[in-house]
Amino acid sequence: MNIHEYQAKTLFRQYEVKTLNGILASNPDEAANACKELGGRIWVVKAQVHAGGRGKGGGIVLCRSVDEVYEATDNMIGSRLVTPQTTSGGVAINKVYVEEGCNIDKELYLGIILDREKEMPVFMASKEGGIEIEEVASKDPEKILRMHVDPVTRFEDQQAREMALGLGLEGKQVESCIRFMKNLYNLFIGLDCSIVEINPLVITSDDDIVALDAKVNFDSSALFRHPEIEKLRDRKEEEPLEIRATEAGLNYIKLDGEIGCMVNGAGLAMATMDIIKLHGGEPSNFLDVGGGADAEQVAEGFRIILSDPGVKAIFVNIFGGIMRCDFIAEGIITAARETKLGVPLIVRLAGTNVELGKKMLANAGLDLITAKDMNDGAIKSIKAIGGKK
Amino acid sequence: MSIWLDSHSKVAVQGITGKNGQFHTEQMLDYGTRVIGGVTPGKGGQETLGLPVWDTVDEAVNAGANVSCIFVPPPFAADAIMEAADSKIRLVVAITEGIPALDMVKVKNYIESKDVRLIGPNCPGVITPGKSKVGIMPGHIHRKGDVGIISRSGTLTYEAVNQVTEIGLGQSTCVGIGGDPVNGTNFVECLEAFEDDDETKSIIMIGEIGGSAEETAAQYAKEYVSKPIVGFIAGRTAPPGKRMGHAGAIISGGKGTAREKMKAMKRAGIHVTENPSELGKTLEEIL
Repeated sequence: MNIHEYQAKTLFRQYEVKTLNGILASNPDEAANACKELGGRIWVVKAQVHAGGRGKGGGIVLCRSVDEVYEATDNMIGSRLVTPQTTSGGVAINKVYVEEGCNIDKELYLGIILDREKEMPVFMASKEGGIEIEEVASKDPEKILRMHVDPVTRFEDQQAREMALGLGLEGKQVESCIRFMKNLYNLFIGLDCSIVEINPLVITSDDDIVALDAKVNFDSSALFRHPEIEKLRDRKEEEPLEIRATEAGLNYIKLDGEIGCMVNGAGLAMATMDIIKLHGGEPSNFLDVGGGADAEQVAEGFRIILSDPGVKAIFVNIFGGIMRCDFIAEGIITAARETKLGVPLIVRLAGTNVELGKKMLANAGLDLITAKDMNDGAIKSIKAIGGKK
Repeated sequence: MSIWLDSHSKVAVQGITGKNGQFHTEQMLDYGTRVIGGVTPGKGGQETLGLPVWDTVDEAVNAGANVSCIFVPPPFAADAIMEAADSKIRLVVAITEGIPALDMVKVKNYIESKDVRLIGPNCPGVITPGKSKVGIMPGHIHRKGDVGIISRSGTLTYEAVNQVTEIGLGQSTCVGIGGDPVNGTNFVECLEAFEDDDETKSIIMIGEIGGSAEETAAQYAKEYVSKPIVGFIAGRTAPPGKRMGHAGAIISGGKGTAREKMKAMKRAGIHVTENPSELGKTLEEIL
């Protein structure tokens, strides 16, 4: 789960990770007032969206007067921000964060992520902070310092010191950096984060260390023990159909194709999309109904798929393990009666209670195309929408 | 032979009194698995499905259990795995989906020094057809044979099993290793065990996008596995979507995409198919 920069910075302050002062604004007047409240003569207006690369897309603007802040906010709010990390359609800007300026001496990169390969958190840092960090990482991997943290011994002072020195810090910067990194690690562990990233991390001209940006991503599986984090969820940043699916206990991701997919299990759902594409079609979604879905959830899955106007056919690919084919059949029948499908329906059923499921579908007198396996189903789905493009 | 599971396996189900624990214990018993009881703290002394319920895994071990199958809900699952690892249980199969990643980091660290094999979490389990099934896979699609199957995904494993059965072959053992970022047994350990197993003549390996476990396994296969392997990677068409920051890209260092994984597997001599419904066919062609 992602949150906004301004929310991440509130959490940073709770963990004594130094940030600049800033105020959230949802219109130009609020932004202009924020300048007065913050004081100073330089402010930065930052689009609050769940995507990186904002600077490149014009979502971060340095302003030297209140008028400039007003104008920048006016331009951003209500517009869509396209960055290298969004889709081509971009993301809507609903709020901006107005932050005070600071005197920057050096810009660094600092991140913590769970390293799947070593199965422990790893700090990554670089002297070369800023937007080209991925390029630095691929061209000069040795310019990225890495420090793995043993979950038992935790993050030691000497590890933090080694990193600070590796970043070329000196004098009192080193001790500030150790404190900064240890507090950040406590946040990462304490809030069950999957990623914490600061780019840039700034050394100010008076030797202070400040997080100029803050990106925090949480492990969704751990949200049950952080109800306060769950409250930070911004539903405007999520696809409405995806929210509806989550509420129904389904895992749905909207795509741009024409063939709706209803599958049980994430692996099989991905494989179903792959096979459609292999035969020249485009899937309109990823939908994993999971193992324990009942007929009502299946019906809701159909309604969600059909709410996407781009859908021209639906391919149901079920290999019943825990999921029973008769539940799927019942869901299909309910949804078909209720919504009058309106698009060709291709069904492949296998596994638990398959005979019963097939019989129920046959008796319901639905107009559907049956497939003997997933390959057959994919080919028939593409044929049903008039062949590949 | 077969790997890790045979007719001597005596299973205790942790979380036996929950909805999933109940249902799948019944299914396992139907399949012929020797489930000897279950563990639910606080419910010791009760009986369910005609089996005893104990408070601790130690009591289950005293009654003869050597395998544990875990259905404990996510908040308590890490603790359940560590309890099993602390007892004399040698094989722990964790079915639970949704265990926090940092809990699994602790678990992996904890069990490192213990003589125990963890499979999962978030996996369908392990089955040696005709002998024992520990997990949630539909038993009836399996058939005894000599193809070893390893997969990160549940239903896609069933797909592979079904295709193997349809071409007239069967499975020696099928292992679902689970799709979580931090899990127990990995592809390499499965390949090693299948290579050493006399009953396994060929292997199907099914991976997914993300992480670098498949790349590592491909390298291992190239050096140490003599048996033919058929491979598939799910998620070739998964969209990149929007991202937050750079850390994910830096740590993966270009690995993790379906394309990279398939390339690594092909380089290692693995017979990769891009069509998930041709796993059986591809196997038939190389045998």
